[in-house]
Amino acid sequence: MSFSSIGSAEAAREALASQGYLADRPLSLAVHLALALAQPLLLEGEAGVGKTEVARALAAATGARLIRVQCHEGIDVHHALYDWDYSRQLLALRAAEGGIDEGELFSRRFLLRRPLLDALEAGADDPVVVLIDEVDRADEEFEAFLLELLSDFQVTIPELGTIAAAVPPAVVLTSNRTRELHDALKRRCLYHWIEYPDPEREREIVRVRVPGVPEAVAARVVEAVGRLRGESDLYKLPGVGETIVWARALLALDDRVPLGETLGAVLKVHEDLVRVRERGVLEGV
Amino acid sequence: MSDFGTGVTITLGALVREFRARGGRAGVGEVIAAHRALSYVDCASREDTRLALRTVLCSSRPELDWFEAAFLAVFGAPGQREQPLRELGEIEREVLPRVAVPDLDQSSVAVGEMAVPAAWSSVELLREKDFAHYSEEERLLARELIARLAQRGPTRRSRRTRPDRRRSHAPDLRRTVRASLRTGGEPLHRFWRGPTVRPRQLVLVCDVSGSMAPYARMLLQYLHASVVARRRVEAFAFGTRLTRITAELAGRDPDRALERATAAVLDMAGGTRIGSSLAELNRVHGRRVGRGSVVVILSDGWDRGDPALLSAEMARLRRTAYRLVWLNPLAAGPAYEPLTRGMRAAVPHTDRLLPGDSLASLEELAAILEEM
Repeated sequence: MSFSSIGSAEAAREALASQGYLADRPLSLAVHLALALAQPLLLEGEAGVGKTEVARALAAATGARLIRVQCHEGIDVHHALYDWDYSRQLLALRAAEGGIDEGELFSRRFLLRRPLLDALEAGADDPVVVLIDEVDRADEEFEAFLLELLSDFQVTIPELGTIAAAVPPAVVLTSNRTRELHDALKRRCLYHWIEYPDPEREREIVRVRVPGVPEAVAARVVEAVGRLRGESDLYKLPGVGETIVWARALLALDDRVPLGETLGAVLKVHEDLVRVRERGVLEGV
Repeated sequence: MSDFGTGVTITLGALVREFRARGGRAGVGEVIAAHRALSYVDCASREDTRLALRTVLCSSRPELDWFEAAFLAVFGAPGQREQPLRELGEIEREVLPRVAVPDLDQSSVAVGEMAVPAAWSSVELLREKDFAHYSEEERLLARELIARLAQRGPTRRSRRTRPDRRRSHAPDLRRTVRASLRTGGEPLHRFWRGPTVRPRQLVLVCDVSGSMAPYARMLLQYLHASVVARRRVEAFAFGTRLTRITAELAGRDPDRALERATAAVLDMAGGTRIGSSLAELNRVHGRRVGRGSVVVILSDGWDRGDPALLSAEMARLRRTAYRLVWLNPLAAGPAYEPLTRGMRAAVPHTDRLLPGDSLASLEELAAILEEM
């Protein structure tokens, strides 16, 4: 399967489902459109709803290479695109006793390729999915660089010239909304907000992601997570990731272990734990 | 694309107009993308059309709601031609409570009767004057000073580096290699890179309840000036509930910005529930407040809510924020003791308690923020 074979929202849904990612219709359609229009897809949503997984599943389903750039504070072009191998350059300079010219020194021999350069230089027969994860952690300068890269999928390295992608890669950006992204960057992208799945879909997700899980356990976990999400004054609500971990935890333990004892799998803030226990939120699940 | 009739273009135009009227930002690029997107989906399906257009036109969460409203306004509710929602919207707008900017002290604008002091000394005199006793002129006079104060704020060291003359942080290999080209490959001249300084996230939370009315106007002015002057500033207002007003305050014109902000705050000059307002800050906006931000609460601490809740939420805020500062207009008196229930619950969790009644106290705040 390749990108071009995803010709409809239904095909996108099937492709993601083949990798165990159960997408609802709005998300499938967003993925389909991102591929059809060759535009980056910006995914936002609460923690643990599976933003990053979309890129992984898409890459695996289409046989594309997943190239991931994890954004962090202080990330710059030399982390993400290219850098020069300065120590080797210095060694080469000294070995040649100065008899080396600048063009040779800044040639591909001394170029360190970082993930985004790999993505741009992938050939037409080597499709890639670029995942730019947690882009809100990067600073404004890096965002500006991404804007340039994502608008026409080409960059300029001063010493080498312009490098353009032969085929535009599929690009997925995720953001946790620790800050608002720049409008210009958002406007380059298609936008989709991932909601928590409804109980039925979430049970299905548990069944797919935790093979061999008994129906009763899946139903129990999803019911419990639903109740926790209903407690609007918790600091951190459990995401789908937590549901899956919880199901695995129950599977590893005895079947009828009280859910209260395994709460640490889903709630990681002390006050939340205390609140849920005091109120008996999980009673009878 | 060319096989599209002008009908689609007209309908799409109407949709985009409705969307923009609600605050959505859609440029020509989005409209063209919308046309292209429609050619990839089954336009006979209302649902697919809606989803496709939504994905293309929206770029933030609030825009999703505006889009849905615009879509309903143009295409009507599913399965019917009439558009009751458009009317409903207007009825709702009529019913919504109006809020006003706290009273302008109109009586004192009688300029002719007052002796107008020279600019320098008037600003000097203003420094210590209680905001509550400001005349309208003095507010205008203070505006410039506040704008200057707002430029000063907390900073932090970034992980980014820049060329630095001192042999400090790390060698600048790029420049060293370049320079050694001129010295026959011998790195005679070495260069260094040092850390850069970035604005630290600043979160301003202003109490606009009834008891704060004399101060709210000037403090909101400070919020506005901060949002305009610095990057990474978030502004909130609260009475009984919390409202994010960062977007409303953005924009150079202070009067219009304050008007927008007060229109957005539905519980202006009403009661106070600090605890539940901070609870909302911690939960809904927890990620914006985030690690490493300086949080400044501007409130007199008169709280009608549960002190235990306030204490718990302050503790949480203190743990997630980098520094927590409380600015209290009542704290200006020399004999001030935090005796109200609210202040007693809050003070143990603050890093600093400052007065917030005059330009001098805002100056003090700016100085403290700068040191952080």
